[in-house]
Amino acid sequence: MTRGARGAGATDVIVIGAGHSGLAMSGFLSANSVEHVVLERGEVANSWRHERWDSLRLLTPNWQSRLPDYCYEGADPDGFMTMPEVIRFIARYAGFVGAPVRTATTVRAVRQDGEGFCVVTDQREWRCRAVVMAGGAHGIANLPPLAAALPAAVRSLTSKEYRRPGQLDDGGVLVVGASATGVQLADEIRASGREVVLAAGEHIRMPRVYRGRDVQWWLTAAGILDQRFDQVEDLVRARRIPSPQLVGTPSRATLDLNALTDRGVNIVGRVVGVNAGKVQFSGTLRNECAMADLKQGRMLDAFDALAERSAFTAALEPVQRPAPTRVPEMPRLALDLARERIRTVIWATGFRPDFSWLQAPVFDAKGRLRHHGGIVAPGLYVLGLNFMRRRKSSFMHGAEDDVRELGTHLLGHLERVPEHAIRQNPDERVAASK
Amino acid sequence: MNMTTTVDNGVNVEALLGARQALTDMPEAAQFKWRATCAWVNGTHSRSSVSSFYGLGSEQAHKTEFKYDADHPAIFASEDKGATPVEYVLVGLASCLTAGIAAVAQNRKIQLRSVKATLEAGMDLAGILGIDSEVRNGFSGIKVIFEIDADATREAINALVAQSQRRSAVFDIVTNPTNVSVEVK
Repeated sequence: MTRGARGAGATDVIVIGAGHSGLAMSGFLSANSVEHVVLERGEVANSWRHERWDSLRLLTPNWQSRLPDYCYEGADPDGFMTMPEVIRFIARYAGFVGAPVRTATTVRAVRQDGEGFCVVTDQREWRCRAVVMAGGAHGIANLPPLAAALPAAVRSLTSKEYRRPGQLDDGGVLVVGASATGVQLADEIRASGREVVLAAGEHIRMPRVYRGRDVQWWLTAAGILDQRFDQVEDLVRARRIPSPQLVGTPSRATLDLNALTDRGVNIVGRVVGVNAGKVQFSGTLRNECAMADLKQGRMLDAFDALAERSAFTAALEPVQRPAPTRVPEMPRLALDLARERIRTVIWATGFRPDFSWLQAPVFDAKGRLRHHGGIVAPGLYVLGLNFMRRRKSSFMHGAEDDVRELGTHLLGHLERVPEHAIRQNPDERVAASK
Repeated sequence: MNMTTTVDNGVNVEALLGARQALTDMPEAAQFKWRATCAWVNGTHSRSSVSSFYGLGSEQAHKTEFKYDADHPAIFASEDKGATPVEYVLVGLASCLTAGIAAVAQNRKIQLRSVKATLEAGMDLAGILGIDSEVRNGFSGIKVIFEIDADATREAINALVAQSQRRSAVFDIVTNPTNVSVEVK
């Protein structure tokens, strides 16, 4: 790591975030001899180290864990990495690409400055010709406004703050949200002996294994993960789709609402209100489940059709469809928190990226970053957002294609913007470590 | 599925999609206000009317003023001059879902031949009569049964009905809480 005096530094590209996509971009820039630094608020793979619950494993099997010129080489390609394994995998990649990472450096502001950018950190200021924002899609946990109306006696925490059942009060738990996070937390908290109510709105149902193959294998084979952002009918919606109900476990078990019902989790509709100590649920649960079943059915139909016309059909197990989601005859519409001894509400209601430090006119009316496949403005790029360039963009294995394409675009930008655009004084130039 | 003939359910999907694009670009034009007035006639009999609404940035009007009599049946010691208010809720839900089915079917190129909805809502009068405070005033549940004849698979029809619920205003109104303010002038 280069250590410069406090004050302005200059380099060609600043990459913000030393997670897998920032490091992959660093590897691309080094391979193309572009001087750059990677600014990291904490340490390499920071959110995997500090913002995940203990039992979490990747939703993608080990064979899918790969970065440019770098892949899983262990003995269990069908297994799922634990958090310590993910951290080791990414930290080793940082060494593999020789990324010039400046750890414990928090970005306070990024603004356009002439033809370049000014990047203000808690350590020093930088000037550069391009910025790549690779802080990830999980910066801020979404908390619906009605969370503020919960009674004071009930502890409210986001999935980012949750670590393990032992940190919770012994009473019941309401888990809000039935995507991958919500179903996993509901399952492990229920297994700890607590009463659990799970509020489910729109959700995506997927079997972990279908006809003997992991669902990620099918999604890859069917070309679904490679679908491009400029080829889908409704991109806004595609980017909003919640993460599928999946869990990575050694048993490769499916974790859907039926599995949770079997284990005694109470399934209710989407949370729509908090009123006088009661949480109110939507009466749409039946339709949400019917839709999830229909969509899963269509996906499996597509997998079967793919198998029909492929050589691997004979190697597959026979077609066996999951049972429809069982919905209670009368799902409950309200939960009296005090009376039912619900002491904790966990919001597994998704995330949004944090661009609060980005001072540029690049946001839409709702404050969301505008970008075209990761290109935000001349010289300004983003990585790792949901369906950014492809359906796989937010996954580790999605970084390779995105980094190659955006990196190539970035090289073109550097050719157009003269070096002196950022040089006030040549002595300020900080040597890159590579 | 018939792929050669043109699907026509009498819904102008291009106009709807055009409106969606226009209203995305002009969010203020998407702000609508729906209105009704109601006058008491006698007993439980009232007459409501609907004529004006607000949308696309200005006052709008229906072609004619629509009038609706509401009352209660004879077993409630009323004169039965019209449907009960709760039946109007069923009418609203049924017509909203049905309109949605036609629009979604048109968009998905599914020709409809007939769509029939039958609705039934349960209600325990112990609620409104104040007999049991645990019982809610409103419906205990609503059951909607659709019989649909269309050029589509059973699954495509199910998907049609599911999507019409997703996009239905009245379905949202009856399934989710809404703030209601009632004042006296």
